[in-house]
Amino acid sequence: MKKYIIQSIRLTLVLAVLLCGIYPMIVAFAGGFSTGNGGGEKITRNGKVVGYARLGQNFSKPEYFWGRPSAVGYNAAGSGGSNKGASNPDYLKQVSDRIDTLLKYHPGLKRSEIPADMVTASGSGLDPNISPQGAAIQIKRVAAYRKLDEKIVAELVAKHTEGPLLGLFGPSTINVLKLNLALDEIKK
Amino acid sequence: MNTELLGILATYLLTLVIAIPLGKYLAKVFAGERVWTDFLKPLETGIFKISGINPKEEMNWKQAMKAMLTVNLVWLVYGFFVLMYQDKLPLNPDGNPGMTPDLAFNTIISFVVNCNLQHYSGETGVTYLTQHVIMMFMMFVSCATGIAAAVVFFKAFRDKTTEKLGNFWDFFVKSITRLLLPLSLVMAVILAFNGTPTSYEGKDQFISLQGDTVNVSRGPAAGMIAIKHLGTNGGGWFGTNSSHPLENPNYITNTVELVAQVIIPIAMVIAFGIFIRRRKLSWVIFGVMTVGMLLLLIPTLSAELGGSPALEKMGISQTTGAMEGKEVRFGPAISAYWSTVTTIISTGSVNSMHDSTMPLTGAWQLLGMMINSFYGGCGVGILNYFIYLIIAVFISGLMVGRTPEFLGHKVEAREVKIAALVTLLSPFLILAGTALSSFVFTNYAQAEWAVQPQSWLNNPSFHGFSEMLYEVTSSNANNGSGFEGLGDNNVFWNVLTGFVLLLGRFLPIIGPIAIAGLLGRKKYIPESAGTLKTDTLTFGLMTFAVILILNALSYFPALALGPLAEYFTMLK
Repeated sequence: MKKYIIQSIRLTLVLAVLLCGIYPMIVAFAGGFSTGNGGGEKITRNGKVVGYARLGQNFSKPEYFWGRPSAVGYNAAGSGGSNKGASNPDYLKQVSDRIDTLLKYHPGLKRSEIPADMVTASGSGLDPNISPQGAAIQIKRVAAYRKLDEKIVAELVAKHTEGPLLGLFGPSTINVLKLNLALDEIKK
Repeated sequence: MNTELLGILATYLLTLVIAIPLGKYLAKVFAGERVWTDFLKPLETGIFKISGINPKEEMNWKQAMKAMLTVNLVWLVYGFFVLMYQDKLPLNPDGNPGMTPDLAFNTIISFVVNCNLQHYSGETGVTYLTQHVIMMFMMFVSCATGIAAAVVFFKAFRDKTTEKLGNFWDFFVKSITRLLLPLSLVMAVILAFNGTPTSYEGKDQFISLQGDTVNVSRGPAAGMIAIKHLGTNGGGWFGTNSSHPLENPNYITNTVELVAQVIIPIAMVIAFGIFIRRRKLSWVIFGVMTVGMLLLLIPTLSAELGGSPALEKMGISQTTGAMEGKEVRFGPAISAYWSTVTTIISTGSVNSMHDSTMPLTGAWQLLGMMINSFYGGCGVGILNYFIYLIIAVFISGLMVGRTPEFLGHKVEAREVKIAALVTLLSPFLILAGTALSSFVFTNYAQAEWAVQPQSWLNNPSFHGFSEMLYEVTSSNANNGSGFEGLGDNNVFWNVLTGFVLLLGRFLPIIGPIAIAGLLGRKKYIPESAGTLKTDTLTFGLMTFAVILILNALSYFPALALGPLAEYFTMLK
């Protein structure tokens, strides 16, 4: 028994050096060569960081495309989903209110055109994407507030739609931050 | 076929393409045959030398278990104190506090037993140091513990009659140097180049396009996320695990993480057959496990792709399926697949919030963890399956009126008793634990704990019950996923699940190894016409029936009170 205890302690120490020292250092070194040098890919405008490419941020102004509802208000220092069950009455009320808000801001929008992702909270609370349909329903509003031709905005949305991986696997997505940045570019 | 379903198919096929050769490789490594990674031998020799271990020393099953328990105990003590005093240790750029004793107790047990139930949130509850020397370290060694235990078990059936089951330390170290470490390195680099952070910088701050000030938690996450999946651990760097855009940035990383968590459990099944020179047995076991997986996956897909019936009534469009708690870049299909594999295998990482999945999906997730052997965790999956197999051998023996045998060894009263006890342990822990929580919830609603029982549940009614059932089931299965709405960071849940975790880990490892050790030393009986063959389709079906009946009898009432009741109320 005593033999095992001493062996265990010595083995733990030597493995700690290998697994908690050498291994992460190699990974950190390799990661230094990635986009963003291992600190996450940042997006800058006029030399200022305006966000992280992978992290969604809150868009509530009508001249921007909106992202998905977030249970944590897009707090990137503490992620979180709503964890509401499908039958929870409070939750269903919340979804219903979100639908009403969308209908209010988008005259002429039909309920059946609203995609689920625009009225449900994401898993992380930081979802950077919306579905193409989620952007499509907002084109009219964004164009109106920016006094732009709807066609130009629609083209921009199409340009920012990323198809499935290799054209074969997974859903199509739109990065809301990148789309909104491109919108601001037009204005100039 | 649409692109989302095609993604599932591709992911599973890629898993098999990697797992099957990996199984062959593992069988060779543990048999001591020549493999291309033999250039790592000097590293292993060095580790053994420093630790004072002679890797050639043979152990019997009791010695192997003593070695395993001793080293696990050392980790428990060490980890408990580091977690409590992490605020006073270096590498804490965000200034996070030390853990309370009950949270430290729960957390270290959870990581030692390969569960990674997290009652803290990664961004605020731990430091970069503890993420490394506790979380990531335990992810490697707890997985290696499971694999080494399984190899000790394999050894019992390799020779006709033997007490010598190899050296536990040897298998343990080789699982790290020949399997986990090289694969983790490759995977961590893939993750890093797809956007997962690796640098040690602390929180960042920026001003968003709309003018809000945003703080961003980061940290060297890639290395931990790699082993978290390869080792079927599942604990996230960030609070929301692999639904977090930095932990799982895109569809490529999602595929890599999904493949990584399934390859070793499948490889161990393949390795078993090659190692004991009965490949057909492996394929039968693999077949049963795969059918089991499909039977859980298909209804899950149907529930999730169908979307929420309540949202359907509001008249919105759910073309891709249910989206609450899911990320757009993955979509409901691959998220449903993830929820199935993460529960049948004891990973417990999530890329969508299980609490918000459809009621029936919740039932399938729970059932996957209750069975806990359709592929199952690293090493322990096949040990769990073996218990069902022994019960099936016993029942078949009774049915044909012969002494039951497994691989040429008589299965007698003692072995069957052990198997029966291990089988009864899970329902006992799950049901008694859930009953106790429900009792406390209803009778001591105002108890002065960090979270009062009356505020435990994030959802009312049946779904609230499911939240408690899920937590205990996940602990017993050493899974680690949760219906995360549950307010679980308080003394009641920390202590209750701490004990469930310990019992649910070590007894289901010791039980099968004891049986194997006892069987291995019995006289070998050559096969005859009257031998019950365990590598046939018929016997596979028999095992499947045993799994089904045992679990249905144990858990149907609990499932009926939770997810099934919720499903039926949503129908009307």
